[in-house]
Amino acid sequence: MKIPPCLRWLLALCLLACLPLAVHAQAQAQAQDDTGQSLLASLDAASYARMDGAIEAIVASGDERSRGWLEALLGGKLQRHKETGRFVVVLENRGRNWPVVDALTGEALGEMSRRELDRIGINNALRGQLQSVLAVLDLRVDDVGARREAARDLLGRVDEAMVVPLQGLLEDEADAEVSRLLAQGLAIHRLEQGDAAAIESLAGSLNPEARAALSSAARSDDPALAEAASSALADIEQKLRLNSGLETLYFGLSLGSVLVLAAIGLAITFGVMGVINMAHGELMMLGAYTTWAMQQLLPGQSGLALVLSIPAGFLVAALAGIAIERGVIQFLKGRPLETLLATFGVSLILQQLVRTGISPLNRTVVSPEWMSGSLMINEGLSLTLNRLYVLGFALLVFAGLMLVMRRTRLGLEVRAVTQNRAMARSMGIRATRVDIMTFALGSGVAGLAGVALSQLTNVGPNLGQNYIIDSFMVVVFGGVGNLWGTLVAGLSLGVINQVLEPWAGAVLAKILVLVFIILFIQKRPRGLFPQKGRAAEG
Amino acid sequence: MIPSSAFRSSRWLAASLLSLGVAAPAMAQEDPIKVGILHSLSGTMAISETVLKDTVEMLIEQQNAEGGLLGRQLEAVVVDPASDWPLFAEKARELLAQEEVDVIFGNWTSVSRKSVLPVVEELNGLLFYPVQYEGEESSENVFYTGAAPNQQAIPAVNYLMNNIGVERWVLAGTDYVYPRTTNKILDAYLKSHGVADEDIMINYTPFGHSDWQNIVSEIKAFGSQGKKTAVVSTINGDANVPFYRELGNQGIDAADIPVVAFSVGEQELTGIDTAPLVGHLAAWNYFMSVDTDTNYDFIDAWIEYTGDDMAVTNDPMEAHYIGFNMWAEAVRKAGTTEVDEVKDAIIGVSVPNLTGGYAAMMPNHHITKPVLIGEIQDNGQFSIVWETPSTVAGDAWSDYLEGSKDLISDWRAPLSCGNYNVVKGSCGGSETQ
Repeated sequence: MKIPPCLRWLLALCLLACLPLAVHAQAQAQAQDDTGQSLLASLDAASYARMDGAIEAIVASGDERSRGWLEALLGGKLQRHKETGRFVVVLENRGRNWPVVDALTGEALGEMSRRELDRIGINNALRGQLQSVLAVLDLRVDDVGARREAARDLLGRVDEAMVVPLQGLLEDEADAEVSRLLAQGLAIHRLEQGDAAAIESLAGSLNPEARAALSSAARSDDPALAEAASSALADIEQKLRLNSGLETLYFGLSLGSVLVLAAIGLAITFGVMGVINMAHGELMMLGAYTTWAMQQLLPGQSGLALVLSIPAGFLVAALAGIAIERGVIQFLKGRPLETLLATFGVSLILQQLVRTGISPLNRTVVSPEWMSGSLMINEGLSLTLNRLYVLGFALLVFAGLMLVMRRTRLGLEVRAVTQNRAMARSMGIRATRVDIMTFALGSGVAGLAGVALSQLTNVGPNLGQNYIIDSFMVVVFGGVGNLWGTLVAGLSLGVINQVLEPWAGAVLAKILVLVFIILFIQKRPRGLFPQKGRAAEG
Repeated sequence: MIPSSAFRSSRWLAASLLSLGVAAPAMAQEDPIKVGILHSLSGTMAISETVLKDTVEMLIEQQNAEGGLLGRQLEAVVVDPASDWPLFAEKARELLAQEEVDVIFGNWTSVSRKSVLPVVEELNGLLFYPVQYEGEESSENVFYTGAAPNQQAIPAVNYLMNNIGVERWVLAGTDYVYPRTTNKILDAYLKSHGVADEDIMINYTPFGHSDWQNIVSEIKAFGSQGKKTAVVSTINGDANVPFYRELGNQGIDAADIPVVAFSVGEQELTGIDTAPLVGHLAAWNYFMSVDTDTNYDFIDAWIEYTGDDMAVTNDPMEAHYIGFNMWAEAVRKAGTTEVDEVKDAIIGVSVPNLTGGYAAMMPNHHITKPVLIGEIQDNGQFSIVWETPSTVAGDAWSDYLEGSKDLISDWRAPLSCGNYNVVKGSCGGSETQ
């Protein structure tokens, strides 16, 4: 399908060369509007196949507004007013009425409704073409970052017509990284044309596009080419093996960190206090909704809102926890079965409250810019940023909690009360107050988990349900009452799960992990790190 | 939850007095026509089903504003089966036996439909089922207004094969009946078109799966073998959000490995930042972005009804719109709400759909629909890139599965059979699962 006429790329270069000349007098404006109008009209009229040519015509026109048009077209924001046939650019396309500006003059036209406008649609093939056109333009900007981005975009997209201009650009390129990427892009193209010499320059590259090109070359009819490609591919596979091991480890740790976050609050309320709180998941849900509410309060500042929702999520969940403790749990002390049922009821009530109060639908929580995308370690391995942050956050929360339990008065009192309630009371510790504080702490941490989860999964009424079983599993596996146990258990379960998943499938991997835990508990009923001493025997 | 009928009828009495003046007293004496709504308002499925309940209520309100049906007003009877499959059967029984509703609009998941099926058949009710499903079923009492596999999955795969040139396929789904049956059909279909075994990767995940790192990375590896690869996703509901997020974060671009989804619509996208997903595909029979006046009217009515400027419409809502209008038309044609007569009258009824054409009820209780392929846009809407030249009639029994390809369904007399085996020449052919 990719058969763009050869001239396009030369014209693209012309466009930039012509820009300075485009300074024009007022009198020319009218004439220019007419050409602009006809350029856009040809875009609009054509079928997808013919839009190809219309895009080239726009690039070739050398019109200084063409970049804006192409970007608007790429974003689906270039539209035509049905009645007047006027082309407009939609600035914001959510909701019913959209603010628009004239595509030719840039004049603001107020708001228009969807009904009045006709969108100029594109498909994936055209999107690819537009991206390459824009990438070639980007290769000439001063910003090195943008040039690298553009060169990376062009990998695997180079076609016959681009070769000459790209070679020209490659010669003038000052940045080594951009040059390397461009050279690779050109080599991939040469390989696709059946040039065995190109394999040399691709050898050892971990880039998926290079690998794809080598794989198809390895299947080619030319035996020499196929063999050279296969051996280059074998080298790459060797390198990738280490990569994929590291990747699995990272996947496991990041899944584990989510489990730790979800379980660590429970490790306090269930592990330390012995309260089976089935509403733990819903406390996480409250934390996630706090993040959403924060983003509603601070529109457009998703990063700040996320940072602020860390304390806010903690507070909201802690307060809810206090309410649950005072309202339900304190009356059911020492009756675990009834506590279990009552808190399960509370969890249902909280879920339905959110459903009727806010909405049964999931809420959108935007990931701030600095949390999207991934951190590139090498070309074959990149770590997704949001999970990296969550991993760090989990470790921070864990460290903070350890500090509280080991180094503060509250931690001391909590440990005293759980070890021997009567003795602690006779030493003047207000056990009831400690109960409240402990429960609030555990609930607050659940809220923190919710804030983190809002970046990974759905924020909806069912959020908590999905994690409650896993949380209990981690706490029991790690050893009830031991925070270190929770950390080790969470991380190792995550890694085990991710190691099993590729060959067992997601469903079976989950089952295998459960079976493993059941067998483990048979052998060591107190988990990985059992509590020692007299307190544990009670 | 259900307003007392006394309150309802007095309100309607007032309404009809206002609108009809002197004629009102005579009309108001007649009992209202009862419309049962069987959608989960709590539990996991509330996310998808609540809007469908609202849709039917809105349609009833509109119908009443136009004077009702056969001179009688319509009354909605809403029950909440709470995403609990056995409860669906009980609630259906309550609607039919106690409330004596004339028709039911309801269900989302296939498993809930299967649980309701025996009840509706036993008590001779009418059920309109609005969601795309796996086919392999035809009941005398159920009308399937959502897409059968040949109205969604097969055309989407054809599009990928012919227009995009896809050669390698990942079939990813949630682990339950709809994805498994659909993938079985697709697997058979792809192989019949010469796709090799090693070029198909099938993957199932549990409901609500949230950790997609490994699977997405596998897809990436599967797709970097030099052949054009696409993912056909029957992943259901909530699990899509983390799936798409992971796709975006691992940098899988729609231009490299497009994902075509059968269960992701405008409603599901409201929970996602769609900027990294631009260009991924979905196959439906309706998109909110369809450019027709009937659609804009429907959207305006919906926004007004919900009072939410950002409210979205989706494919199952259109299915209810079509189903409701078909039923109303059949009632008008039969002159009664008697189930048996409506059932006969509805076959062949044709009403406008929202995409600018007409939907007709076929003898197999499925309807005709256009198939649209849309690409996700950054505003959570779809841009339509391809559509079938004409509407496609729903096929109850797939032509690509052994044991099912010989079956046809025709509920007109004298055949009146949902699984007629054309080879054996007898009704009651094999059930395939």
